[in-house]
Amino acid sequence: MSFVKGLKCRECGKDYPKEALHVCSFCFGPLEVDYKYEEIKKVISREKIESRGKTMWRYKELLPLDGEPTVGAQVGYTPLVKADNLAKKLGVEELYVKNDSVNFPTFSFKDRVVSAALSKAKELGFKTVACATTGNLGNSVAAQAVQGNLESYIFMPANLEQGKVIGTSIYGTNVIGIDGNYDGVNRMCSEIADKYGWAFANINIRPYYAEGSKTYGYEIIEQLGWKAPKHVVVPMAGGSLVIKIGKAVKEMTELGLIDKSNTSLYGAQASGSSPISTAVKKGSDVIAPVIPDTIAHSIAIGNPADGYYSVKAINESGGYAEDVSDDELVEGIKLLASTEGIFTETAGGVTVAVTKKLIDQGRLPRDESIVICITGNGLKTLEAVMDKVEKPCVIDANIESFNAFMEKREVCTA
Amino acid sequence: MPVKVRIPTPLRSLTNGSEEVTVEGNSIKEVIDNLESNHKGFKERLCDENGQIRRFINFYLNDEDIRFKDNQETPVNDGDQISIVPAIAGGRIAAS
Repeated sequence: MSFVKGLKCRECGKDYPKEALHVCSFCFGPLEVDYKYEEIKKVISREKIESRGKTMWRYKELLPLDGEPTVGAQVGYTPLVKADNLAKKLGVEELYVKNDSVNFPTFSFKDRVVSAALSKAKELGFKTVACATTGNLGNSVAAQAVQGNLESYIFMPANLEQGKVIGTSIYGTNVIGIDGNYDGVNRMCSEIADKYGWAFANINIRPYYAEGSKTYGYEIIEQLGWKAPKHVVVPMAGGSLVIKIGKAVKEMTELGLIDKSNTSLYGAQASGSSPISTAVKKGSDVIAPVIPDTIAHSIAIGNPADGYYSVKAINESGGYAEDVSDDELVEGIKLLASTEGIFTETAGGVTVAVTKKLIDQGRLPRDESIVICITGNGLKTLEAVMDKVEKPCVIDANIESFNAFMEKREVCTA
Repeated sequence: MPVKVRIPTPLRSLTNGSEEVTVEGNSIKEVIDNLESNHKGFKERLCDENGQIRRFINFYLNDEDIRFKDNQETPVNDGDQISIVPAIAGGRIAAS
């Protein structure tokens, strides 16, 4: 049974039916899925959730489908790693890494939103799905469209990393590289969505898509033993995830699944594309768009769709936002890899580096629980670090050569 | 003085389907007031109860976002082009 009432405008409150709509036709505010929380409260419990399979769909009452998921039923429930080595390095007591770099099937948190979006697209009767992407979303839409027997079109800036491009093309989708940045691609796609009648994951079915992000927050809470974290550091591109983690905490609190908590949300951006962190730092709620210039392509959105509400969510939670340079984000990638054995992509490097910065600034306290959100896999962005790691030492295949290597460590022929 | 205003699809029901209308005014505010006089219902759609332009509506004067100028007080000149653009997912970069 469905617990979805319909869609509601977040700005003016006008109600809409459960259709492929994302903007209020009256005030142009964003539409959001509206649930029957009273009904959900009657049927949901910790025990019921725990009895289900370890996927994001264990929280299905709080997801926007009328029926069962038809695409991506195995997505989610990624590890929450207690990161003691990194904690020691950063000088904090209790640190966790929520590791969506090993999400199924395409190694990023986008598998969650795409599972929700494509399952909903099928419910709504779409045969073709599409997206504008900075990489990870395209990987996931292409892969999960195959699973759902949907045709797919992926629109991406042409300058993305090979791992992101090939990691899309391999699924036999239609990849269209665009000579321009994500914001330009996105604007064009909103016009294509209108004209061709396709389900664009992050445009006309965005309200359903965005709900998938909440499961990242639910899982953190459940994996901490049904307790909300005190501080969460979240990478921001369009700004949706930070909002939805806040919403996950609020929903679980209001449904009585966890005790009341005060979770502070912290946003992380790359300095070369930081319209949201800039607004937070200036104490403004006006998002000044920028033209992105950073190697963190997956979060290089200069005109963030959820900018206003992400600033609001961060401020209301008592959190903050920061940004780091490309050099700092590379150091962040290396720090996580060398302390926890987790290889994350550029966005993850941003999140780790921002966490370090906020700890050094004293904004993140050293004696309270902190969760770092790692949302993508480093194998997709090798270009970012390939010249920043040591090359392997090459020796002849005999024990004498190895003995010489161990003595001097400088007999490399490479 | 007359300026041209480009109308987004959801608001064309107020302009009998016209994509562009010509309106008099010396500032964005006057243009909005005159849009309302010529095509009743415009102001309610564009502005909130305090008279501020709604958050998810962007006004561009000759391709520059008026939030980076003087908002509704921004002066307009003869022949200027105003675009009303919903700030949908993504949106556009000003002054491209």
